[in-house]
Amino acid sequence: MELYSLTIHELQEKLRAGEVTAAEILASVYQRIDRVEDKVHAYITLMRESAQAQAAAADAAIRSGDIRALTGIPIALKDIYCVQGFTTTCGSRILHNFVPPYDATVVAKLRDAGAVFTGKANMDEFAMGSSTETSYFGDTRNPWDLTRIPGGSSGGSAAAVAADECIAALGSDTGGSIRQPAALCGVVGLKPTYGRVSRFGLVAFASSLDQIGPFTKDVEDCAILMNVIAGYDPRESTSVNLEVPDYRSFLSRGIAGLRIGIPREYFIAGIDPEILTSVRQAIGTLEKAGAKCVDISLPHTEYCLAVYYIVAPAEASSNLARYDGVKYGFRSEEGRDLLDMYKRSRSAGFGDEVKKRIIIGTYVLSSGYYDAYYKKASQVRALIRRDFDEAFQKCDLIATPTSPTAAFHIGEKTDDPMQMYLSDIFTISANMAGIPGISIPCGFTGDGLPIGLQFLGGHFQEGTLIQAAAAYEKTAGMAALMARQKQAKMNF
Amino acid sequence: MEFEPVIGLEVHAQLRSDSKIFCSCSTQFGAGPNTHTCPVCLGMPGVLPILNRKVVEFTIKMALATHCRINRENSFARKNYFYPDLPKGYQISQYAYPLAEAGGIEVEGDENRKCIGITRIHMEEDAGKLIHDEHFPASYVDLNRTGVPLIEIVSEPDIRSAEEAAAYLRRIHEILVYLEICDGNMEEGSFRCDANVSLRPRGQEEFGTRAELKNMNSFRNVQRALEYEIKRQQYVLEAGGEVIQETRLWDDAQGVTISMRGKEEAHDYRYFPDPDLVTIVISDAWIEEIRGTMPELPLEKRERFLRDYQIPPYDAGVLTASRALADYYEEVVRLCGQPKVASNWVMGDILRFLKEDKRDIRDCPIPAASLAEMIRLIEDGAISGKMAKEVSEEMYRTGKPPQTVITEKGLVQITDAGALAAVIAEIMAANPTQLAQYRGGKDKLFGFFVGQVMKATQGKANPQLINDLLKKMLP
Repeated sequence: MELYSLTIHELQEKLRAGEVTAAEILASVYQRIDRVEDKVHAYITLMRESAQAQAAAADAAIRSGDIRALTGIPIALKDIYCVQGFTTTCGSRILHNFVPPYDATVVAKLRDAGAVFTGKANMDEFAMGSSTETSYFGDTRNPWDLTRIPGGSSGGSAAAVAADECIAALGSDTGGSIRQPAALCGVVGLKPTYGRVSRFGLVAFASSLDQIGPFTKDVEDCAILMNVIAGYDPRESTSVNLEVPDYRSFLSRGIAGLRIGIPREYFIAGIDPEILTSVRQAIGTLEKAGAKCVDISLPHTEYCLAVYYIVAPAEASSNLARYDGVKYGFRSEEGRDLLDMYKRSRSAGFGDEVKKRIIIGTYVLSSGYYDAYYKKASQVRALIRRDFDEAFQKCDLIATPTSPTAAFHIGEKTDDPMQMYLSDIFTISANMAGIPGISIPCGFTGDGLPIGLQFLGGHFQEGTLIQAAAAYEKTAGMAALMARQKQAKMNF
Repeated sequence: MEFEPVIGLEVHAQLRSDSKIFCSCSTQFGAGPNTHTCPVCLGMPGVLPILNRKVVEFTIKMALATHCRINRENSFARKNYFYPDLPKGYQISQYAYPLAEAGGIEVEGDENRKCIGITRIHMEEDAGKLIHDEHFPASYVDLNRTGVPLIEIVSEPDIRSAEEAAAYLRRIHEILVYLEICDGNMEEGSFRCDANVSLRPRGQEEFGTRAELKNMNSFRNVQRALEYEIKRQQYVLEAGGEVIQETRLWDDAQGVTISMRGKEEAHDYRYFPDPDLVTIVISDAWIEEIRGTMPELPLEKRERFLRDYQIPPYDAGVLTASRALADYYEEVVRLCGQPKVASNWVMGDILRFLKEDKRDIRDCPIPAASLAEMIRLIEDGAISGKMAKEVSEEMYRTGKPPQTVITEKGLVQITDAGALAAVIAEIMAANPTQLAQYRGGKDKLFGFFVGQVMKATQGKANPQLINDLLKKMLP
């Protein structure tokens, strides 16, 4: 067994026992990166040298007895977090040369916990996309089938974990951008409650929806990362000052007695039948293990996508106004005057998908249209949130498919935005309501592509999600299945 | 046709908090370009705003002072537009839910006091500054001012003349400075004003089309610009034309307003609630706590001065122009017990000295106690009013107490009747002709003898005593 294929908790045991060093773990991960990265292209920037320094520091710390939550663990960061001194592009030409003078709060927390940063992972430009194909730096391939997309927007993070190019990764989720790629790449991805993990230093896409979360190889690792990144941040006004439980304590609680809501609006025609079958099977497994399934309804589900494509672009149109060529990032040198400089810089600096959303967002906020679009969308959003509040009166968590399809082919949906947007149909509602959601692998299609099962929980109920996910993972024997499949399919 | 001007004013006041509204950078004016900046006020990717509590507190003070309703829940919005001095591409401001609404202040109008309504007071962040190179086609951006807290105070269209507008502005300015929430410096841009002005036929209820005036950086310019604009609109209307809704810039050098942009070019700011900031909740307890720290406001103080010190309204107005001056005056009165005399000295010599040196009352070298002591010495007859002029000048120059100055200058008044009578006898002996004429009925010569005594005593004799003795001895 290569070190790069192990989990955080497995490596921690070896580090504590003195069987391996952080430097050896990093070397193993980089050996893997050197072998597969040109096929997968999970990273925009590799941080090899600084990672080596971090690993050396981790080994020194271990020798002095200072072992922290992530000491010596190689972690990939979506290129949407500011990391002091390292280019942070957000997948865009307009930030191709932007070097932040500060660390995002999550980055500082990981640093403080002793983590080693492997590099900055690829992503859809400004997190706008469901396939990582809108990145200015080229697409990322799904390690399970290199002709397919890894999902998005955190496709680089998901692919890096799936291809063992890191031990774990962080992504961000505005409308499913952690859970959908996690499902498509066969890894665990958690989107925490809005306000649970600090957004400070996360390049904003849609501020009222964005949330940071982990990608891991199993649920235990997910709990380990959540223990590090969750918590109040005085630098963020929307951060919630609520005690953080020990998420590991939920791992072995089992599922007996938990009420699982099955929303009828999420089991509909149009879903890939293989996925439907696999998710139903998973729910059956949970029932056998003692969970109680209840039929629930989330009546405003059909409006989620429409509301999302008003609220998110509106906020984005404002958040992305700062990229004007004046202070940092890309500037066109051909501008004849100020306005012309703005136009040229933004026209050439942003890709098509981003420009499309800026235009939509500008439109829905315009005088005379605001009430019909943004205001109405905000009202419907409140109804979507209420749907969940009512549902959680009847159940402890909700189970759904994560994505209506498995990984699709590169280029398959780039010319059909509606099909592309439908990839997020089951994940967007959690962002609308601000609730946490987790995607865990629950099987494979006939083509050997991973399928994701999604659990949604009430506000700040990440623990319950981890509890159910860990119980399922154990009952279904996912670790063994995953290892077998990897052996069979991912032989590059 | 007679026209009536309708004027509303928008005041932007920089708040005197130590740090900016959404980050901990200093608000100090005059530092090197871009030295008071951080990732937050520079609008770097990923940064988030945190509201400065002091800014809310200061705004509540202004709301209380102007009798506004304080919205217990209020929030921020984004005002979106592109400009290089606005690093985020939007200004964080309050839009639909301002902190305060529906207040008003009393202003001394043309004839009597009048209430000018205040529509709203809201918090927002200031933008940076562009510096245009005069020799080279380049512009530079200084973002020190970015994120400095502002409040915008919007008046109702209750103002009916340029003078009334100036009076309103002075009152708002005075209150802000009294509350110590704004330094009121118009040259540095801490206090700025825009005006909306329209005309309507007298007696008509409906408003005319308005023009917005900008770029008036003194009270005087606001008044001049309004006077010009009122006349301009009057000519347009009298010639049968129509006033265009537009923004006009005041050109100080030429004394005219110039069209800047029309309504058709008006911005669409695409306001929407700022998702990075949460609703500001203001408790009654907090308001009461702030109310407890409110100083006496200028108008109340003026009324109290009239009542308690029985000084003329003009004096009360001058003495309450600033809190520090009023405090100085009150201290002098407390120590010498003579309100009108104290007022004369403070308004006369003290303010003149300070004005000549461009000094603030807080830096006055004469402590209130010294001035009070000097007034007591005059009252006691120890020095004459004329001597006191010399004493006060010396006190101002050296900062020494009056007794020291008097001793050093040998200014002690002669109050010994015996000694003075001897001097008078000598003078009478030396001027027999004048004495004979006086005794022959030429009363005017009384003044001659007073002068001679003053001359002989180098002005140190008590004038009252001279009078009394001469009246006794001359006849």
